[in-house]
Amino acid sequence: MAKDHANGTDDYEALIEEVLEAYPAKAKKRRAKHLRVSEATDEAPDPTTGIASKCDTQKSNIKSIPGVMTVRGCAYAGSKGVVWGPVKDMVHISHGPVGCGHYSWSQRRNYYIGKTGVDSFVTMQFTTDFQEKDIVFGGDKKLGKTIDEINELFPLANGVTIQSECPIGLIGDDIEAVAREKKKEHGKTMVPVRCEGFRGVSQSLGHHIANDAVRDWVFEQEESEAVKAYEPGPYDVNVIGDYNIGGDAWASRILLEEMGLNVVGNWSGDATLAEIERAPKAKLNLIHCYRSMNYICRYMEEKHGIGWMEYNFFGPTQIAASLRAIAKNFDATIQENAEKVIAKYQPLVDEVIAKYKPRLEGKSVMLYVGGLRPRHVVTAYDDLGMVIAGTGYEFAHNDDYKRTGHYVKEGTLIYDDVTGYELEKFIEKIRPDLVGSGIKEKYPVQKMGIPFRQMHSWDYSGPYHGYDGFAIFARDMDLAINNPVWGMYDAPWDKPAIAAE
Amino acid sequence: MPQSADKVLDHAPLFQQPEYKEMLENKKVKFECGHPDELVQEIGDWTKSWEYREKNLERTSLTVNPAKACQPLGAVFASAGYEGTMSFVHGSQGCVAYYRSHLSRHFKEPSSCVSSSMTEDAAVFGGLNNMIDGLANTKALYDPKMIAVSTTCMAEVIGDDLNSFILQAKEKGSVAEDFDVPFAHTPAFVGSHVDGYDNMQKGILQNFWDKGERTPTEAINIIPGFDGFAVANNREIKRMLDEMGVDFTFLGDVSDVYDTPSDGEFRMYDGGTKLDDIKEALNAKHTLSMQQYCTPKTLEYCEAKGQETSALHYPMGIQATDEFLMTISELTGKAIPDSLKKERGRLVDALADSQAHLHGKTYAIYGDPDFVYAMARFVMEMGGEPVHCLATNGSKKWAKQMEEMLAASPFGKQAQVWAGKDLWHMRSFLNTEPVDMLIGNSYGKYLERDTGTPLIRLMFPIFDRHHHHRFPTWGYQGALTTLVKILDTVFDKLDDDTIVPGETDYSYDLTR
Repeated sequence: MAKDHANGTDDYEALIEEVLEAYPAKAKKRRAKHLRVSEATDEAPDPTTGIASKCDTQKSNIKSIPGVMTVRGCAYAGSKGVVWGPVKDMVHISHGPVGCGHYSWSQRRNYYIGKTGVDSFVTMQFTTDFQEKDIVFGGDKKLGKTIDEINELFPLANGVTIQSECPIGLIGDDIEAVAREKKKEHGKTMVPVRCEGFRGVSQSLGHHIANDAVRDWVFEQEESEAVKAYEPGPYDVNVIGDYNIGGDAWASRILLEEMGLNVVGNWSGDATLAEIERAPKAKLNLIHCYRSMNYICRYMEEKHGIGWMEYNFFGPTQIAASLRAIAKNFDATIQENAEKVIAKYQPLVDEVIAKYKPRLEGKSVMLYVGGLRPRHVVTAYDDLGMVIAGTGYEFAHNDDYKRTGHYVKEGTLIYDDVTGYELEKFIEKIRPDLVGSGIKEKYPVQKMGIPFRQMHSWDYSGPYHGYDGFAIFARDMDLAINNPVWGMYDAPWDKPAIAAE
Repeated sequence: MPQSADKVLDHAPLFQQPEYKEMLENKKVKFECGHPDELVQEIGDWTKSWEYREKNLERTSLTVNPAKACQPLGAVFASAGYEGTMSFVHGSQGCVAYYRSHLSRHFKEPSSCVSSSMTEDAAVFGGLNNMIDGLANTKALYDPKMIAVSTTCMAEVIGDDLNSFILQAKEKGSVAEDFDVPFAHTPAFVGSHVDGYDNMQKGILQNFWDKGERTPTEAINIIPGFDGFAVANNREIKRMLDEMGVDFTFLGDVSDVYDTPSDGEFRMYDGGTKLDDIKEALNAKHTLSMQQYCTPKTLEYCEAKGQETSALHYPMGIQATDEFLMTISELTGKAIPDSLKKERGRLVDALADSQAHLHGKTYAIYGDPDFVYAMARFVMEMGGEPVHCLATNGSKKWAKQMEEMLAASPFGKQAQVWAGKDLWHMRSFLNTEPVDMLIGNSYGKYLERDTGTPLIRLMFPIFDRHHHHRFPTWGYQGALTTLVKILDTVFDKLDDDTIVPGETDYSYDLTR
């Protein structure tokens, strides 16, 4: 980074002050609680990363301020878009007006194998398409009829979820009653989800509500044939919170299977209902996206006595540490296998790092993503010699910020529920070599002449999980940063303004 | 091990490697508990049958893959067409994240818009405080010249009154009394994005015209309507009007804000209709809409203010462009210059050159009502035959208009018009009555996959192809672009069908 760019704790604190000046008094006071620089801590460094900093002094998971251009979504996005949408053999009804289902149609890249429209339904948009009369007279009848029509036209669908949009909770519909009735009638799983967009402060409550719906409307029902037919084994695990973006879950599963584990259920990328139902029979829950699915893991622990552990498959350092930590829960054979897997992929890791690290070393990165990746991907950048200047979450809770201290060093800029204004100013002043965030941030950042990668959708690339994914990740960061286009922003007849540094 | 640093495999080839195929097969057999392959095949075949089509058409409650979005998207698009204007959508905040993403994915551009971020307490007590704080914050942070307010369905269901809320916010000093805050109620459960466009356009005009006195001039106003190709189409319209020497004002022009340069500066606002020009536009003698179904209420309002109005159906193709130019000429008394006549001649020349490859080709067309009308008409001008014309947001009135237009041409004899149907219906139509080409948007790729019908992307949104919207589809020049896309599809298909060496490649002709 050039010297005139903000860098280090003092600069960042001054930058926070400067940014807050733009707000009216009330909003300034509220926003001030979300912006921090990570501090030193007495805690022991994380054994894998060797890092300890304090990142949890700020407020999080509270309401966004009106009119500031928050990046956040809603509870519906958290339930339909994230947790339930990828379950492939069920039909997910966007219950209410047409828009929510339309904008979220096929946008999360949850890869799956199946005959779409016949036995799989992920990249389709099912909606009750509410009209004015449905708002006035209620939509329960229409919902019931909709489920009947799904049953007739999509007979291989193994169940239906009802993803509530805003009006449902406001007009007093009883979707639970409809679900019970239709379950009796059709003999299939019906899951009503109260994920109206106005509930909570972000996607996060939608995750929680969706988790609770798994508990109430799948687990706490009579045992299905799939469950009865399953014979549990000693090496059965579930992968929880891997949505198979660009095939992430597949690049992870291959490692776990090579270790000798059986992945009974993958929640919820490429999942079937059976994989959800059978999960309580496994020995261990492996949780990747802690933020969106810790709730159901805690429930399975309490109710079924299944332990859970977090792991991280971004970048070779964390992958190896995670494989070893997972193996520790099993016998010597599995532990030996884990070492074999790590050794097998080491040459690939060495090649990838030898090729890309020289091109990326020392480059600075700013991240702003959802609830997990702002910390989890950090070590993948570390593995390539890249440096995190700032990071932040759309919808993290305090426990996420606590964990962030194991990933980012003291003196990192931390922003919670950042506003469009703040993020633009931070990026402008810090001028990192790369920004990783979402589609809404991509084009403003690129206009400023700064390389960008979408870190929700992997910018239509991926997988980024696992060893195979790390090669793609490294290649993508290289192609973003080292493309010649960034050198063409200034017309040669003008004085250099930005790109010449 | 399939992956290597030397040649990094992306998702498509990576998961085709034997290790992954075996893993996925194992997952399917051991863990998924799916239906037997034969049953999946049987049901899959059944979904392609006439019997299934009949059942599919009997649906009354379920909508599957509709080709329409909701009102506020149209409102946000309409607002973006005005100078320094920030869209402010009153209601739940997730909606705004969706509109911004949707527009950015199509235009590959920033899309700025704020929400009043209403949550449970606002659902109970109303969103007045969200409006008061929200307007103040938006003004302070983003320094807009105007804030255009629309609504999500949440605010509509609880009955928030925008007019009263904005007045109260101004009283509280959120923004100055004379600061422009036009508004429109845009319930998602009424109509679609084209109606949201209409409501917001009307709201913006009302903000400037309600109290204005009209002194008629000879100028005309142009309202382009909701259009994914607006960046290039608006410029093309302006170019033609400039060539004619017409005094005109665009009411809502997104061609700059959705096409900003990369030069180191992020422009949150760029171009658009100047606020002073909106005021002045009240005096115009005539307001011409480029898309009838995007502007019914707006034109009604223009008429109430004393203007003449008229509406076209998406000026794409020869007759539609002819009509556009003749309408302008009639309204303004300006002659259509020879330069435009020459462009017309060049387009006709191109059509004549290629007519053998176009004559008798059959099409399925879907999209917004005015687009489908124009596309079907242009297809017939090329000697093609529209077979399925579908608009999920098309009304009975639209269907009647379509039927009249189609009946007037021998090429329209076999056309069927489907108002209010969705793309799952279209799947049945394509399976039972196949056509040569499908014209629509990116969502049509699933129909292309399921039915083998080549897709031509000419309608918003286009997510999976880049930059097509930077080239016009309106006017004679635009018709040429459209013609080439169709011809490329025809020729690509011919080549694909004949590419097997030693089997079919006698027809793999060098010159076509």
